[in-house]
Amino acid sequence: MKPLEFENLIAPFKDKVFRFAKRLLVSTEEAEDATQEVMVRLWHKKETLVNYNSVEALAMTMTKNFCLDQLKSKRASNLQLVHSNYRDNQVGVDQQLEAKDSWNWVEKMINELPEQQRLIIQMRDIEEFEFTEIAAVLEMNETAVRVALSRARKTIREQLVAKHNYGLTNS
Amino acid sequence: MDLQTVEILLEKYFEGTTSIDEEKQLKAYFSSQDVAPHLEHYCNLFGYFKTEKEIKFDKKLPLQPSKQPTVKWIGIAASFVFLFGTAWFFLNENTNANKDLGTFENPEEAFQATQEALQLLSSEVNQGVEGIAVLKQYEQTKRTIFKKSNKK
Repeated sequence: MKPLEFENLIAPFKDKVFRFAKRLLVSTEEAEDATQEVMVRLWHKKETLVNYNSVEALAMTMTKNFCLDQLKSKRASNLQLVHSNYRDNQVGVDQQLEAKDSWNWVEKMINELPEQQRLIIQMRDIEEFEFTEIAAVLEMNETAVRVALSRARKTIREQLVAKHNYGLTNS
Repeated sequence: MDLQTVEILLEKYFEGTTSIDEEKQLKAYFSSQDVAPHLEHYCNLFGYFKTEKEIKFDKKLPLQPSKQPTVKWIGIAASFVFLFGTAWFFLNENTNANKDLGTFENPEEAFQATQEALQLLSSEVNQGVEGIAVLKQYEQTKRTIFKKSNKK
């Protein structure tokens, strides 16, 4: 397989892998490194890729494992994640500012969920994966995925409603 | 989409029982202009999902074409050639030496050959002795000269 063929193979899902890694690692730089690492690992096993039904699912599973390992070693060395770079790569336009502010808020809420729920929200609500695919990547059964998803969505709803009401009583 | 459907879908959404299609309908509804006021706070959630899907990964991937394996195989092949080459060389040398012992079937012939060989050896030795005789003479003359010079 030539580099170009490989690039074409991963083109449909490399952004998804990046966003998936970013959901777990939060930092853009770390997510980029993780994506690079996963892609290079895929490249090294390129001869055996034909044996997999879905390279995308394989890539997602590899990303999940890699990022969880990263987080584990980070916690082991007592380093704190610094959540400082939410959307720093986008140029702010005045009209978008307000919306962006709320989106930051939503992002913060999602990123405060437990890791597994975060990944499920990411895969379901953002990437629109089917439950079978999510279950395969996260190595869970479908019912467990549904339950965790519902729990995550309800947590978000509670916080959204709370914030909404807070805004109302203040104004 | 009428309000009732939206509310039913939302309820299903939070129970985790909506299909991808229904979720797409919800996303479409919340990005439209006429969202019911009491549902407005969900706009941010669905709006966030939409923008989040637009983040791109555009870093270059360091993909090296894998030349290493061929180099490795050439190395292995070369070492095998070397190994078998040396082994073959040594084995061949040994068999040659074993074959060329020059044994005789007839004892008389062997005796004669041995005598001839010894003859050759003694003649060579004699030649050496003659050479030494010359050396002796040289030594004698040297001594006489040095004695004379010493006496002076």
